[in-house]
Amino acid sequence: MRIIVCLKSVPDPKHWNKLKLDPETKTLIREGIPSTINPLDKNALEEALRLNEKQGGEVIVISMAPLEMIPVLQEALAMGANRAVLLSDRAFSGSDTLGTAYVLAEAIKAIGNFDLILCGNETIDGGTAQVSAQISEFLDVPNLMFVSQIEYSPGLPFKVRSQIELGYRVVEIAPPMVLSVVKEINEPRYVTMMNILAAEEKEIQVWTSEDLNLTEPCVGLADSPTQMADLFIPERGRNAEMLDQDAEIQAKELADRLHRLGFC
Amino acid sequence: MGSSESKIWVFVEHRQGQLIEVGLELVQKALDLGRQAKWKVAAVLVGHHVSALAEEILTYGVNEVLMADDPLLKDYCNQAYAKTLATAVRHNQPEIFLLGATAMGMDLGPRLAAKLRTGLSAHCIDLELTDAGELLAVVPGWGGSIMAKISCLRTRPQMATVKPGVFDLPQSGQPRGRIITLDPVVDTKDITYRIVEVEREEVQQSDLDTAEVVVAGGWGVGAAENWKLIQDLASVLGGAVGATRPAVDEGWAEEKQMIGTSGRTVKPKLYIGVALSGHMHHMVGIKNPDLMVGINQDRTAPIFTHCDIGLVGDFKEILPKLITAIKPFFDR
Repeated sequence: MRIIVCLKSVPDPKHWNKLKLDPETKTLIREGIPSTINPLDKNALEEALRLNEKQGGEVIVISMAPLEMIPVLQEALAMGANRAVLLSDRAFSGSDTLGTAYVLAEAIKAIGNFDLILCGNETIDGGTAQVSAQISEFLDVPNLMFVSQIEYSPGLPFKVRSQIELGYRVVEIAPPMVLSVVKEINEPRYVTMMNILAAEEKEIQVWTSEDLNLTEPCVGLADSPTQMADLFIPERGRNAEMLDQDAEIQAKELADRLHRLGFC
Repeated sequence: MGSSESKIWVFVEHRQGQLIEVGLELVQKALDLGRQAKWKVAAVLVGHHVSALAEEILTYGVNEVLMADDPLLKDYCNQAYAKTLATAVRHNQPEIFLLGATAMGMDLGPRLAAKLRTGLSAHCIDLELTDAGELLAVVPGWGGSIMAKISCLRTRPQMATVKPGVFDLPQSGQPRGRIITLDPVVDTKDITYRIVEVEREEVQQSDLDTAEVVVAGGWGVGAAENWKLIQDLASVLGGAVGATRPAVDEGWAEEKQMIGTSGRTVKPKLYIGVALSGHMHHMVGIKNPDLMVGINQDRTAPIFTHCDIGLVGDFKEILPKLITAIKPFFDR
């Protein structure tokens, strides 16, 4: 089985308190914030590895990112992916979900036949949860989101369980297809030193726009259909009057005010 | 295919014969935006045997209900639904297409936007319309710590999914408007998976959604046994208990009690945040209460910049005293 896993490198959420907004350019200042594999994409990779440990086959990771993100792909190779394709070109920079999905879909076409594409259901930074469904539309294959279980028996359709509001559903679906997973699906494996050393032997191909058959005008910042009109830190608006005394007095004062306002 | 004059379309979901609230909330917002731009508003309804629901939607004041009613559309399948909607959009050219950020809307919206090669703003918490008819979709990013306004200038329709609970429900009244039936465009090959099992918990509206008083607790509560104080304060005020993600992760509160970007949006009159930091990803889930109160040991905690009244101190001391002070008012 050939499984392609889409990965995004994201700023490590442990360091998000260092994020700043440049008031002039309205861009995020990410200095000093290390990158990591988007957490749910690790679940997607883990699921791909588990499926292929049973079936045999190939797991390829792809990512659209600057060259500096190669170490993030190496981490995926150390987890057990067979090879990696990095889509890196200044022309891709600033693509919205449609442009990103289009580039990824064209890269998947260039890789060739696949059975399954696995993605994390959403990323922790942008969090739109749109790219996987859009990849499947560009590839004209079915997709399911919020996937929490994948059952496969040779010769039968996949049985896929996905979360819906207040419950779940199980569907039978045949490859090729795109599935995006939630964290309940598995526990991603730890990477050992041996794995890290083994990963150094594995190939990371770097493709630019020249390597892809991009004919639609939706790639890059200028051509993406959605544009950032404004970026702002939400106003907090209220500035609390502090009841800065001992607990007893504060409690009494608050109770009196709640009474006067009709809450008790 | 019937022709629609409406420029704002709202996808209204239904389950088990009932309209889903977020679709109606979007109808209300669309009617507001429509008045501003002098654009007509259509609700879009897809399913099988849905004409009674179409009649119901007309009572909420939309100009049109566009109804795709077909046995193949009985159960949701994204490719069949996206094909149906894309055909209608291409035929009628609406300016704006809105969906709820539900499991269905989050799946269908991107697929439809890709089919139409247009832009989609995800999980919006507000929508604005410029005088030029451009939709500005307010979207939380980075867990809500930063907000973006997203526009879609060159392609149409301008699409957005919107979080449930951020807009008000419309009032129902005398039906006006008309039902337009969309021609069936799907065939069996558009049904790309077979549903073998569906399990839903009984639909229960969370009391958080309707509560006039919400008492929310966070990481600082520290332990499951302390969580009872949050519940006791909510109980004495006749309110509901909310939580931040860390409190849910610790197992003190349930997932459905989580307020914020990845949880619910609540609209209480009184909100009391206890032992929580007040980061935006929680605070964006609280819509304009009359009074906001923060209780935290750290005088510099961000919660106090969101509140009208701040109490600095240990909630384990303050809450029992507060409960004791409140009770007599109810006993009178």
